[in-house]
Amino acid sequence: MSGLIKSSIARKVVMALSGLFLVIFLVLHVTINLASVISPEFFNEASHFMGYNPLVQFIMQPILIAGVIVHFVMGFVLELQNKAARGIGYVKYKGSANAPWVSRNMIYSGLVILAFLGLHFYDFWIHEMAYKYVEANPEDPTRYYAETVEKFAPFWRTILYVVSFVLLSLHLWHGFASSFQSMGVNNKYTPGMKSFTKLFAVIVPLAFAFIAIYHHLNPITH
Amino acid sequence: MKIYLKIWRQKDVDSKGKIVDYTLNNVESDMSFLEMLDVLNEDLVAKGEEPVEFDHDCREGICGTCSLMINGQPHGPDRLITVCQLHMRSFNDGDTIVIEPFRAKAFPVIKDLIVDRTAFDRIQQAGGYISVNTSGNPVDANAIPIKKHVADKAMDAATCIGCGACVAACKNASAMLFTSAKVSQFALLPQGRVEATERVQNMVRQMDLEGFGNCTNTGACEVECPKGISLENIARMNREYLSAAVEG
Ligand code: HEM
Ligand code: SF4
Ligand code: FES
Repeated sequence: MSGLIKSSIARKVVMALSGLFLVIFLVLHVTINLASVISPEFFNEASHFMGYNPLVQFIMQPILIAGVIVHFVMGFVLELQNKAARGIGYVKYKGSANAPWVSRNMIYSGLVILAFLGLHFYDFWIHEMAYKYVEANPEDPTRYYAETVEKFAPFWRTILYVVSFVLLSLHLWHGFASSFQSMGVNNKYTPGMKSFTKLFAVIVPLAFAFIAIYHHLNPITH
Repeated sequence: MKIYLKIWRQKDVDSKGKIVDYTLNNVESDMSFLEMLDVLNEDLVAKGEEPVEFDHDCREGICGTCSLMINGQPHGPDRLITVCQLHMRSFNDGDTIVIEPFRAKAFPVIKDLIVDRTAFDRIQQAGGYISVNTSGNPVDANAIPIKKHVADKAMDAATCIGCGACVAACKNASAMLFTSAKVSQFALLPQGRVEATERVQNMVRQMDLEGFGNCTNTGACEVECPKGISLENIARMNREYLSAAVEG
């Protein structure tokens, strides 16, 4: 990808656009998830729509997967180039003196998110694909709520999810506002945007974590 | 006061360097940091040893020649100053001070603490100029009215002294702050608009060719810059670059 996109600024714009795209996707995702706490019926309806609407399944879902791949592959490319650009390292380097931890460790928060995405795909996506296309089960618009709640029965999965959401929060804390700077937007609205970023970086992952914990604590009893 | 020094010594570009320990017993708190190194070098010369090579010229914060990584920070712990403006009163009796050259693949070490920063010159040469009509009837720059706050921003960008602290501080050894200051000082002014498209493209291309890293927007450069060059300049360069790409 570094061969295709030769300029450092272009690479950062790709990073910013794919990141912002994922941010928008997170908003949609957390909204539907919140329904699972408020209204199981609505959650089932929304999940069924997302699962069977051809536009969502065959256009939006591939775009989303491509977006994730572009983002993390470019993240690795940038990280490798940036490491190489230092050459011989410092004996003493005081990174904390001039830049926040979150901004210096995007690759690590990103890697945790990537590992989480692996688990998350295994938990939900692989399951869905098998259910629909391999086992060729008939449509059942009422199954999603119970399936979701059941996923959070094991303590280990709930904890892994919550820890990942903390790292997502750290990633967004720097990333969201940073993407505007990458695209050349730095003006009188930037301080406001930075405050909004912090609010967003706390609220969205907190909502995800709340939902996971809620379902862990409120299993379906038959 | 007594100061323990750990200084990077390296014979030449091709040699492997190493940290060497020195102790200075009679450091005055009103000495400048470079005077402290002068005292060390006098000691070394008196003992028949090679003095520590370090870059310096004006010793008043305007030339951008001095360039030391001091305890992990370019130009040392204080803000908005160069090494030559740093004084020993910023340290305490008994402190250990680690002194290293600015590190970047694009800034190879020439000897000890001196690095080759001609990569910056090549970035500047790639587009950091304007065309002025010098034959016949040149127009006075002041004949073109420019808004005060725009002129101020251009002036702020132009205060970059090309020291390289931004590269040294950046975890990615990115030269975006330097390059963006050099792009901005022209881009903001009408005289600079003539070559604007080619300038940003050529300067960014040269910056990438030199092997500097990409920008993660950590902001370390802005904090460590002795001239307080703002990250706004990087955003402006990104805008200039994107609109140049659209213009083709
Ligand atoms: C839901 C998931 C994710 C979202 C919403 C997200 C969002 C963002 C945003 C908005 C940025 C800022 C871009 C910029 O500064 O221009 C960013 C940067 C970054 N992301 Fe992600 N990201 C996600 C997942 C990942 C993953 C899985 C990785 C895998 C390694 C990753 C690695 C990185 C890296 C390394 C950067 C910093 C790039 C740089 O500026 O040097 N991200 N992310
Ligand atoms: S931007 Fe600041 S730190 Fe970078 S070269 Fe110019 S004066 Fe030095
Ligand atoms: S010696 Fe000129 S700026 Fe320090």
